[in-house]
Amino acid sequence: MNMHDGLSVTGVSYSYGARKALDDVSFHVAPGHFCALLGPNAAGKSTLFALLTRLFITRMGRIEVAGHDLAKTPRAALARIGVVFQQPTLDLDLTVRRNLLYFAALHGISGRDAQSRSAEALDRLGMAERADEKARALNGGHRRRMEIARALIHRPSVLLLDEPTVGLDAATRVAITDHVHRLAAEDGLTVLWATHLTDEVRPADQLVILHGGQVLHDGEAGEGVTERFLKLTGAET
Amino acid sequence: MRPALTALLAILHREALRFLGQRGRFIAALVRPLVWLFVFAAGFRAALGLSIIPPYQTYIPYETYIVPGLCGMILLFNGMQSSLSLVYDREMGSMRLLLTSPLPRWWLLASKLMAGAAISVLQAYAFLAIAALYGIRAPAMGYLTVLPALFLSGLMLGALGLMLSSFIRQLENFAGVMNFVIFPMFFLSSALYPLWKMAEASPLLHDICAANPFTHAVELIRFALYGQLEPMALLWVLLALAIFGTVALWGYDPARGTLTRKG
Repeated sequence: MNMHDGLSVTGVSYSYGARKALDDVSFHVAPGHFCALLGPNAAGKSTLFALLTRLFITRMGRIEVAGHDLAKTPRAALARIGVVFQQPTLDLDLTVRRNLLYFAALHGISGRDAQSRSAEALDRLGMAERADEKARALNGGHRRRMEIARALIHRPSVLLLDEPTVGLDAATRVAITDHVHRLAAEDGLTVLWATHLTDEVRPADQLVILHGGQVLHDGEAGEGVTERFLKLTGAET
Repeated sequence: MRPALTALLAILHREALRFLGQRGRFIAALVRPLVWLFVFAAGFRAALGLSIIPPYQTYIPYETYIVPGLCGMILLFNGMQSSLSLVYDREMGSMRLLLTSPLPRWWLLASKLMAGAAISVLQAYAFLAIAALYGIRAPAMGYLTVLPALFLSGLMLGALGLMLSSFIRQLENFAGVMNFVIFPMFFLSSALYPLWKMAEASPLLHDICAANPFTHAVELIRFALYGQLEPMALLWVLLALAIFGTVALWGYDPARGTLTRKG
């Protein structure tokens, strides 16, 4: 595996008019690593995700996905990214299978290949028997798992998740966090997991703390993440 | 090219499935022009005398005259509605998901516009079928030759909606669009009365109607429904599509909207 693989963010800045949302943000996530991007609300996480997925474009800084420069070769870079947005993006009026096939087609995958990949994804989730149900019939946890499975259907090397456990109960949050950690450890997926919940960060994870649009910490999470986070973001009581 | 076509077909398929699943939307889209046809046109028939004008070769009842304009009305409402939803969706999940696929953004938006136009065409055909059952029929071949005219006009009006809503935030409210775009476009066109009638009332109004792209969409549909091509109307619709489409694709920016107010 190339040392430039994984995800690299170098000197990225972004402003909404006069308000600076990101200020010279840099970090690198090595291939197969789980990186928790921890920040309070309005830290710049969503803006960074919009830049990583090329919804927003900035000329300040560079983003590389699996060795592909997002600005110079956007299609190659986007083809290597799987995304789970904070807001649900399943089409609730379509069936579970149809949601998967639709997303596969957006990545140019159709026919038997798409059918077998969606069947494989549903098997992995243990949801094969629910393939023909409307997505609306799924509970919150299943919908999130479905979105993760869908984000992986084109076999990306980098998975981006923007606060994927928002609105889920504690048990489901733990199950989904475990699931994605396993994807990094067993499948070699590079994961960037944005959250404002410190209990979702494991000691072995890479931890990037974002606050006020700046990186305050980048390194192994270790123990005492909550205390460190509160201290760095000035939220200590 | 193959991944782009795969994505286009998927978007068309998805919109068709969504449309078929929303029967209420389908019925609502048909009720409006049917009320105009069965109520307004019936009452208006006595008040408005129509001379023989192309493409008609004989005197026609007012209901026959108004049918192409009501097809245009379906395309206009649907085009605006689906384009506004594109703007709303750019802030919500589904459009963001679409835009992260590894295809050119212009192609993804064009695919959405094509899907919206295809749905509009289905609705227009449903309306034409009901009109035919009511006794207002075009030549059989006309139902085939009108297809490209309906699709092109639907595409042009969808592009107009996307262009307007990309730049004017206030238009995200559909009531605003009704008042400031849909009604003026519809009434200042040849949908309800021929342009020569308008010229009798006011030369200025006639000129405004003649410059209205919707007028040309209606005329393109009217002639196509009788197996004829109106070259000027086609040219106007193509020109309007090129301008609206280019500006809309250039102006569609996910960085606008609620996301800008978030972290």
